[in-house]
Amino acid sequence: MSEPILEMRRVSKSFFSIKALRDVDLTVYAGEIHALMGENGAGKSTLMKILSGAYRPDPGSEIRIDGQPVQISGPLGGRAAGIAIIYQELSLAPNLSVAENIYLGREVSRGGLLARETMQAGVGPILARLGADFTPQTLVANLSMGQRQLVEIARALHARSRILIMDEPTTALSAGESERLFALIRQLRAEGLAIIYISHRMDEVYALGDRVTVLRDGTLVGSLDKGDIRADTIVRMMVGRDVSSFYKKEHDPRNDLKAPAAPVLAAVDIADNRRVKGCSLTVHAGEVVGLAGLVGAGRTELAHLIIGAAPMVSGHVEIEGRAVSIRTPGEALDAGIAYLTEDRKALGLFLDMSCLDNINLAVLGRDAKFGGILDRDKARDRARRAFTALGIRAANVGVPAGGLSGGNQQKVLLSRLLAIGPKILILDEPTRGVDVGAKSEIYSIIDNLAKSGTAVLVISSDLPEIIGICDRVVVMRAGRIAGQIRRDATTQLSQEEIMALATGTEQLDA
Amino acid sequence: MPENGASANAAPVKAAPAAPGLSAAQETKRQRTRMIIRAVGMLPVLLLLCIGFHVLSDGRFFTGQNIGIVVQQSAVNTVLAAGMTFVILTGGIDLSVGSILAASAMAGLIISKFPDLGVLWLPAAVLTGAVFGILNGGLIALLRLPPFIVTLGSLTAVRGAARLLGADTTVFNPSIPYAFIGNGALTFIPGVLSIPWLWVIALLVILVSWLLLKRTVLGVHIYAVGGNESAARLAGIKVWAVLIFVYGVSGLLAGLGGAMQAARLYAANGLQLGQSYELDAITAVILGGTSFVGGIGSIWGTLVGALIIAVLSNGLILIGVSDVWQYVIKGLVIIGAVALDRYRLQGSART
Repeated sequence: MSEPILEMRRVSKSFFSIKALRDVDLTVYAGEIHALMGENGAGKSTLMKILSGAYRPDPGSEIRIDGQPVQISGPLGGRAAGIAIIYQELSLAPNLSVAENIYLGREVSRGGLLARETMQAGVGPILARLGADFTPQTLVANLSMGQRQLVEIARALHARSRILIMDEPTTALSAGESERLFALIRQLRAEGLAIIYISHRMDEVYALGDRVTVLRDGTLVGSLDKGDIRADTIVRMMVGRDVSSFYKKEHDPRNDLKAPAAPVLAAVDIADNRRVKGCSLTVHAGEVVGLAGLVGAGRTELAHLIIGAAPMVSGHVEIEGRAVSIRTPGEALDAGIAYLTEDRKALGLFLDMSCLDNINLAVLGRDAKFGGILDRDKARDRARRAFTALGIRAANVGVPAGGLSGGNQQKVLLSRLLAIGPKILILDEPTRGVDVGAKSEIYSIIDNLAKSGTAVLVISSDLPEIIGICDRVVVMRAGRIAGQIRRDATTQLSQEEIMALATGTEQLDA
Repeated sequence: MPENGASANAAPVKAAPAAPGLSAAQETKRQRTRMIIRAVGMLPVLLLLCIGFHVLSDGRFFTGQNIGIVVQQSAVNTVLAAGMTFVILTGGIDLSVGSILAASAMAGLIISKFPDLGVLWLPAAVLTGAVFGILNGGLIALLRLPPFIVTLGSLTAVRGAARLLGADTTVFNPSIPYAFIGNGALTFIPGVLSIPWLWVIALLVILVSWLLLKRTVLGVHIYAVGGNESAARLAGIKVWAVLIFVYGVSGLLAGLGGAMQAARLYAANGLQLGQSYELDAITAVILGGTSFVGGIGSIWGTLVGALIIAVLSNGLILIGVSDVWQYVIKGLVIIGAVALDRYRLQGSART
């Protein structure tokens, strides 16, 4: 590690009067994994967009590659400088083959005809080097998210990129896929690539990072070397304050519960015979139950069966001891079950609609006057109260939800569910894509809900989160309940125990 | 709603931290500008066209009589376009409104010739339209067929039904009841201010549509379905009911349009009436700034869009442009107007 491969000096970027980045320095060496952290809006994306050529930095900024000053302009500029970005939302065309995707925009043709064989032969060695278990001819639509990421990486390597920027690469991956990705990232580091790794997840940064650089409000807070990487240090750097009790769990069903009567929610032997093969679980009033498992274990599918978003083949749902029939999400709401989707943009929010409408959507009918006329004052009051209660940061309740940061969007969606006053709240990955500060606030909201007697079921792939906030963990594996672990006065929930249940002792066939 | 949510870190709303990038306040301001531009939309274009034609026609545009003609001509299209706005707001399309208009007018005229039932012809026409619309909506919502295909089918099938109704002839009724709505005017101040009944109806339709879209639960649900259908379903909205409703409204208003035409002409012909009216209706909605993928748009924009189409037709005749060139110019103005709209929206995003 002698000469840095990439040096950014005093990089600033203003949009009109606003400085999105202010004099940021970043030095990256070949053969290192450099983690870049910061809350949403801290300037990470802006910095990366400058490197990819999507934004032009302000005058006075300096970027050097191999010691040579460079100007990166346009997406081709980034590629020419040897920089490749693997985006959160993968940028592949699913209707094309792996080889066609890798060669996209640089197709090889012979006499005006596409030279398919040449392209497939060119891709082969790279796929082999990455240990891919699919061929260049495979249609991208048939690949899993993990495999698609591999295609993205192959595309970067094929373009002879030497600096690889990965933006939250594990968001859509299962634990197994993430592990394989980490192994691959380490292999690429050993081959001399520089990797800039953007992530919200502390465990990944621990596992991978050689160095960590933290941004806050568009400025550089500092960099830590491997030995100094500690969660509390990073969090303090990111939020600029102490987050001493990150996970908040003050509720205790054993104390708060007067009579441990029938569970509020009981799923009895529920199956769709595809992804869910007979699952039973219970949630009591005032209890937070975690639903853990690998991605693809069927947790979201189970939730969808409970709320009637997908048809149940067998089994039934009981609420407060009585069997109920729930065939649509609307009926679930009527029965007192609210569900927070894991995919808030595609399945939750109405991005063009105001926060006000988003928050009130589920209770419009209940609030309406004369059987259908909107009660606008009531709606405005409700939205304003939700803004205060949940600390939603937006100029006013009238702004479209699409313009908010991930954490604020999640709180808007949560407000919609809370407005219903549900007996049972099912939260599917409630803190995915949410920054640290908002995460801690969401934990506190969950804790308060449990205190006030709501039964909460939290689906999460973030084990520290499950351990931090749940009273009991139910673990799913391959469509079945693999077991459950209860927290008691003396023992904490253990990450190892959960993982053992989630992965199973013997090898499972997919 | 629990009032005991997380308030430890809850900053007061107004004191949003000065985030880098775009501050929330600035973002709101920008959003608001964009919304105003969308709402005002094509109004400047409409005014420019009016002034332009007034000058080019040596002052013959802004006369009481001519304005009366313009609004009368725009009335039926305004009514159809109002229904189309509901449909396009959900991300759909209704190609069958012209045919439904013809079938409804036929049904109305036939009923009007029965001595005892004659007075019922108007509700009969409207009802005919509503039934066809609900059929469209049922196919789309319950069988999950694409709106374009379903209404393309009913464009042809309902046209056939319209011809069938009158045994493929023109039906006349010179003494049709309520003929005044087609040719009469509502006098506010005798000799000074009177408004054609057709235009009164069109304005009422716009007003009721606006109330429905902006002031009722159903209205919010229509926007929600257009904005994100899956999310709407998960939020407990009965998407199928919303879809049947919007196609039903589109059919009902096409039926009303048919009644307006029948009253105006005292006649209807299943083959010719309402041919390609769906295109004018769609054009009015798009000129009015409603997003073709759904979820964004306003009924006032549609009104302006319908007026632009009527002003163009009228103005081009006033200044003596030949029929052939009218087509070319109308087409180009439509493309140009939408391009201008797009350009201005981008401009507003930058400044």
